[in-house]
Amino acid sequence: MSGFDWLSDLVARMHNEHVLLQEDTEQTLLPAHSLALDVEDWGKAARVAADFGCRWAGVWGDALDEHIVLRACVVYQGDYLVLRTELPLTQPVLPSHTPYFPGADRMERHLQDMLGIAFSDHPDPRRWTRHKAWPDDRYPLRRDFSVAGLSRKRTLADSDYVFVPVLGNGVYEVPVGPVHAGIIEPGHFRFHAVGEEVLRLEQRLGYVHKGIEKIAEGRDANALARLAARISGDSTVAHSWATCMALERALQITVPPRALAMRAIAAERERIANHLGDIGAICNDVAFSFAQMQFSRLREDCLRTNQQAFGHRLLMDYVVPGGVAGDLEQAALLQLQTQHDMLVQVFNRLLAILDDQPSLDDRLAGTGILHADSANRLGVLGYVGKASAQDYDVRRDHRYAPYDQHNVDSPCLNTGDVAARLQIRTMEIQQSLTLLTQLLNQLPDGPIQSDWHVAGAGEGIGIVEGWRGEIISYVRVDESGKAQRFFARDPSWFSWPALEQLIHGNIIADFPVCNKSVNGSYSGHDL
Amino acid sequence: MLRILNRIFKTGTLTELAPRDDELEALGITLKREINRRFRGSLAIRQVDAGSCNGCELEIHALNNPYYDIERFGIHFVASPRHADALLVTGPVSRHMETALRRTWLATPSPKIVIAAGSCACDGGEFGISYASCGAINNVIPVDINIPGCPPTPLDLLKGILATLHHSKVDRGDSK
Repeated sequence: MSGFDWLSDLVARMHNEHVLLQEDTEQTLLPAHSLALDVEDWGKAARVAADFGCRWAGVWGDALDEHIVLRACVVYQGDYLVLRTELPLTQPVLPSHTPYFPGADRMERHLQDMLGIAFSDHPDPRRWTRHKAWPDDRYPLRRDFSVAGLSRKRTLADSDYVFVPVLGNGVYEVPVGPVHAGIIEPGHFRFHAVGEEVLRLEQRLGYVHKGIEKIAEGRDANALARLAARISGDSTVAHSWATCMALERALQITVPPRALAMRAIAAERERIANHLGDIGAICNDVAFSFAQMQFSRLREDCLRTNQQAFGHRLLMDYVVPGGVAGDLEQAALLQLQTQHDMLVQVFNRLLAILDDQPSLDDRLAGTGILHADSANRLGVLGYVGKASAQDYDVRRDHRYAPYDQHNVDSPCLNTGDVAARLQIRTMEIQQSLTLLTQLLNQLPDGPIQSDWHVAGAGEGIGIVEGWRGEIISYVRVDESGKAQRFFARDPSWFSWPALEQLIHGNIIADFPVCNKSVNGSYSGHDL
Repeated sequence: MLRILNRIFKTGTLTELAPRDDELEALGITLKREINRRFRGSLAIRQVDAGSCNGCELEIHALNNPYYDIERFGIHFVASPRHADALLVTGPVSRHMETALRRTWLATPSPKIVIAAGSCACDGGEFGISYASCGAINNVIPVDINIPGCPPTPLDLLKGILATLHHSKVDRGDSK
């Protein structure tokens, strides 16, 4: 970790642009560094940060009685910088970050719908998260909005959302969803095509908005962790870890080393299980069902072992504030190691077969290319980013326990196609298996839970590498330890817009395989 | 190609044999019998995610893996509600999915069996009822049977589907 040796440089550049930054006297979001600035400088600061080469990682607001505290997070060389400003509730208007960081588009529109913040120069003022469940002049995350909502009447379909039209001879529209043909989450895709070729894809998400940020308010730490475990069912370990990390920093809880190692074991197993499922599904989408059967079998093996060793197939609620929910007995540890050894062997044999299939290569190579510069502009994370030259992994670049004890290799490719995303997944599985061996061999003894109590109000930030990439979780708790504000930023916020870009020029029939190779979370994004 | 055949041969049939998992097989046989009797051998299910966290979907997917291989019992997942005998619905129903779910239900022909899968689908679960969530599936469309669990395991799902068949009054069988 470079430890912010670049920060003075950035601050100096901001000063040159007349952006005045103030150190937050209480650095409450460590290890992130917080700086405060004026509302009118919000946009300029983003411009300087973008020129400096920062990655934009999220924005969230906290509505208090008189004003909204708005925070945006940018990342440089594995260091997290949080920019903070305050804007009055009576006139919550400020410049947008989207002109400089296109990945900010939807999260700012989410804030517009949820908190009533107006981003004055946002290129797209349409609503995003809001459909018809609440009126356009009410904002669920404001204090005057009851969690029960305003009306119990039926919620109508969001039929008057305006999609960007594509005109011209022979252009036709294909609306898909929200209810899709497969066993998959709901969302709407609007294709514009000529012949087979996709001219434009526009997504409309928000269908699985469950009010997670609002219903988090008033929850104690354990209840908040349970909610976080259900932000995205496939990332249950990663999201609960990020949220527990934020809670533990807010409440000054120290987690015992054995619990940290067990969290990592669970997180790596979650990564492996999801990648196994997706590799099979990607191959299946190009009709190579052999791989689907083989990989779904390996995935099931993992889930069954999870059930036996951890007590839950998907490891839900295993990560709890202060530690983990259960210890691993010697027999369970042996069972895990045996399975990891088996996986190494079987997996490599299967990969040799995949490599040997010209038909796979034919369909996956060159399909759905996300160019490195688009990935960089959007701030795409995880395997989608790593396949498009975005070499970032929280475990390696912003080390957190227990990964600070281990050597984490993160793969990176630059072709950006479906084949590259598949290859990154295979490399991540191999790397996770190596890590798991190390974690199991060096598993510390000791307790798996710390004895903690609420020491007072506080706030904290949690940053972990989920299987989809970096997850950032923010929690503010009151004196009784109840959550007052919660925001979890799933990496899908950036991979969804990436999908819109990478499908361009491909044929509609390749959309399923492109979509699967990205596999954004609807639930994690819609919140 | 030889390597594929070799791998297939070496992997063998994973579909569980009776001694390996009595419960699954016994369940499957009963399920098959019921489906034969009431649905002429084929039960078509349309899965609808009405707001779930995707955990239930992962386990529903698992029903198709070689261990469970649910199609051998005559159950298959179809792409349209118009082809379905039953809807397998997960979620709490998010308010933004309320109309879509209702329309899917309307598009489903009789007998229109509705199975609510997962704790959220049964009673709202961790999300309950709020400005954004209608809670249980039953608050939006009539439900025939609830399968609790967060998420329900593939075995739970199979048991639930069987219970639904016992529960339903449909009989299009070959009994004549």
